[in-house]
Amino acid sequence: MYRSGFWGDLAKYRTLLLMLLPGVLFFVVFAYIPMAGVVMAFKQYTYEGGIFGSPWTGWSNFRFFFDSGSAWQVTRNTALYNVAFIVVNNLLQIVMAILLFEVAVKWFRKIFQTMLFLPYFISWVVVGAIAYNLLSYDYGTINVVLKALGIEPIDVYNTAAYWPALLVIVSAWKAVGYGSIMYLAAITGIDTEMYEAAEIDGANVFQRIVKITVPNLMPTVIILVLLAIGNIFRGDFGMFYNMVGNNGLLFASTDVIDTFVFRSLTGSNDIGMSSAAGFYQSVLGFVTILLANYAVRKYDKERALF
Amino acid sequence: MSALPSSGQPAKAIGRGRADKRLLQILGYVLLAVISLFCLIPFILVLSSSLTKESSIIEHGYQLFPTVASTEAYRLLFRYPEQMLKAYAVTIGVTVTGTAVGLFLTSMTAYALARKDFKWRNGFSFFFFFTTLFSGGLVPWYLMIVNYLHLKDTFLVLVLPLLLNVFYIIVMKSFMSGIPEAITESAKIDGAGDFRIYAQLILPLSKPALATIGLFIALAYWNDWYNAMLFVSNENLMPLQYYLYKTLGNMDGMRRAMIASGAAVNLQIPSESLKMAMTIVAIGPILLAYPFIQRYFVQGLTIGAVKG
Repeated sequence: MYRSGFWGDLAKYRTLLLMLLPGVLFFVVFAYIPMAGVVMAFKQYTYEGGIFGSPWTGWSNFRFFFDSGSAWQVTRNTALYNVAFIVVNNLLQIVMAILLFEVAVKWFRKIFQTMLFLPYFISWVVVGAIAYNLLSYDYGTINVVLKALGIEPIDVYNTAAYWPALLVIVSAWKAVGYGSIMYLAAITGIDTEMYEAAEIDGANVFQRIVKITVPNLMPTVIILVLLAIGNIFRGDFGMFYNMVGNNGLLFASTDVIDTFVFRSLTGSNDIGMSSAAGFYQSVLGFVTILLANYAVRKYDKERALF
Repeated sequence: MSALPSSGQPAKAIGRGRADKRLLQILGYVLLAVISLFCLIPFILVLSSSLTKESSIIEHGYQLFPTVASTEAYRLLFRYPEQMLKAYAVTIGVTVTGTAVGLFLTSMTAYALARKDFKWRNGFSFFFFFTTLFSGGLVPWYLMIVNYLHLKDTFLVLVLPLLLNVFYIIVMKSFMSGIPEAITESAKIDGAGDFRIYAQLILPLSKPALATIGLFIALAYWNDWYNAMLFVSNENLMPLQYYLYKTLGNMDGMRRAMIASGAAVNLQIPSESLKMAMTIVAIGPILLAYPFIQRYFVQGLTIGAVKG
């Protein structure tokens, strides 16, 4: 019916190709052209020259970024926060999933699940409002309670030291429902015959959890953790920005690459340095995700991203 | 593994089983209840704070049980609702447009990629997938939208950036791959074109996936403030979340808007209760819809977990 070869295929697949066209165009415009735009990190941006016509400046944008002293700080913060999020969130989610699975009354399981999942549905702006309600120095609920107990109120928004712990709690709070439902699905997939056999062999419920549930859950955990490690240099901008905002007092312990890039772009309008920082993050991210994928491949070929 | 009981020991084992089962149940209920309440109470706090008299907040702070309850914040919000209603209209417009177009494009793209007889599908899949591995970062993307597409302060800039998401395309594609190929084959023999097969046969069969992914897309649009923060300065184009963001940062904008729509020039606003009332207004529709839509999200996550 159709000629063979490229032109033949082109004719044969014309409708499918047309159906792909909007999606392809979208990613060309919003992903691939900006990808080529990383060259801006090596340019002195001018409005007339645009992304591709501005003059080259070699490595000076990078020198500026690394000499600013922020490079190491934001890289360290991004990585450390993500490590803490990965450990705390996964542990909490696994424990919650196991307990949800073990809860005998179905109706209670539904209620708990519904409550745990609620924070997932709100924007980081609303999380910011909730944090203000709890933490405001003058009116915050936590300080109301502290004062009632005769304890000095805490000035969270002016004290950098509180923030690492606080952000870990906020991240766990928002993600607990999402993650435990995912892990619960994995637990539900475990062959029930194993549980029955264990019970008959006289295992108590705790042994059953440690010897059957956890080992069977491990493959899922390992994959999800490895993939999360692949994203270790990507900060959650929405969370950091809505919790911290442009509060310079807190940057030492809260500034991540994403907030730094954003501020250099919008605040100081330093397009050169912010694209250098962005490029640095993209390359770092690309390398780690390739490494993570390599690790997943070694562990379980089927589950690798590519 | 044998499921048959070996003789002799069951009585003792079951006896022991009951005690540890009870312990686990107690532990489970207590821990789940504590964490669940942690998730729920902040919402109740915001609600009760929004219903507290301003003077009571100034004196006692935010409280779970207000010392003096009052609806003054809501009364003020709804007396001069102009800016809030505009923000609602923008958010609803963006969410409806974005979800409809996004769902259409996601499913159409996914169908082409799911067709096993399409020779180039792996190449195209990688084309989409690669964008999740490497990105040009914020700056070139921002300049593309502002200086090349000239989308600043347009309705489109709130819709376009979130329109397609590679993860949703992949989930949709794997769902459609599960639809028997014979359906496409026999329709082709009957002379139906690829687009007609997609629109008339595949879409109706994909309803569960469409519902789930549609809700994920809708939630992303409803909760979006980021694109507005970057690209919108016109007050008539401010979506709800961004309006809330601005309000939390500076109540003066809201005060000016209320004066503009007829309030007295020396209007005093109950800032602290109003911030919380505005938050409730912004999440209200989600909280109301939550019991009904929750299971679709659970479904979506379950698909995600199985796919890894």
